[in-house]
Amino acid sequence: MAHTEGQQHPISIYFWIWGLLFVLSAFSYMVDYLHFQGYLRWFLIILFMLLKAGFIVAIFMHMRWERLALVCAILIPTGALLVLIGLMAIEADYTFFTRGIFFGAG
Amino acid sequence: MSEGMQGIVADWSSDQRAFKKVPWGKAMMWIFLLSDTFIFTSFLTSYMTVRMSTTVPWPNPSEVFALTIAGHHIPLILIAIMTFILISSSGTMAMAVKFGYEKNKKMTAFLLVVTALFGASFVGMQAFEWTKLIVDEGVRPWGNPMGAAQFGSSFFMITGFHGFHVSVGVIFLIITAIKVIRGDLDNERPGFMTGRKGKYEIVEIMGLYWHFVDLVWVFIFAFFYLW
Repeated sequence: MAHTEGQQHPISIYFWIWGLLFVLSAFSYMVDYLHFQGYLRWFLIILFMLLKAGFIVAIFMHMRWERLALVCAILIPTGALLVLIGLMAIEADYTFFTRGIFFGAG
Repeated sequence: MSEGMQGIVADWSSDQRAFKKVPWGKAMMWIFLLSDTFIFTSFLTSYMTVRMSTTVPWPNPSEVFALTIAGHHIPLILIAIMTFILISSSGTMAMAVKFGYEKNKKMTAFLLVVTALFGASFVGMQAFEWTKLIVDEGVRPWGNPMGAAQFGSSFFMITGFHGFHVSVGVIFLIITAIKVIRGDLDNERPGFMTGRKGKYEIVEIMGLYWHFVDLVWVFIFAFFYLW
């Protein structure tokens, strides 16, 4: 690996991750199929989503074998999006509240 | 080269090139994907905002996207199949990259074509889904019979933009497969768009884009269809 710029890994790791993504997707689907509701549903959806996203980025997109300078340059800016989501959640909550007042309980 | 925090400082403060061991095109693809992440997150965030703020009940996606197959009413089944297809296409893509670096032309081109076929079938199912929603269920960007009017605009915007990404990906997968099988990457033949020498790293760059399309679908599946 020392002199190549390419990413070379045994093929078995791709099969493993492929299978794992299948299982996690099946779990996600079961959350809906088995009618889990409320916080348990949201927790499981986000858990399986983050696991799948993590495996895709880390293994399929080879992020875990890249140098930290690139990993940080790509992953840290996405933190700004969490701020956007937080702000818009507060804003949406407020809009819902004012609509409740002006449109009545409908 | 030093690792960890020292590695970051050394890489960023070095002359000419901050991203070591990464070809120029690959670094640029990552930057593009970062910008695309912002676009898709903006869509999903606006969807969150309208869904949270509406006083009308949101249509139940589990029911909206249910299909009746051989007399059985199965919730969300088409979306589940689409998810498995896109994941499979990611698997074949990852292996295409591996065989590409081994300079195994036949396997690389074959796996790229398989990936393109998975992608095309995904877009086909999406076309079916859109047709069902528009024609049978009467969903429009400005309203629908099931509930909150914002459902249609969010749905068409988010899945439409994602489907467009998949379609573009399929076209470039075929282009990459042609380049591989024609030997462009072995002969360093200049590309038709960029004029840069053909190298096997373009298969990995193609792969990054394709995995990203799968990645976005993971979030759409979770937030739009399952929530």
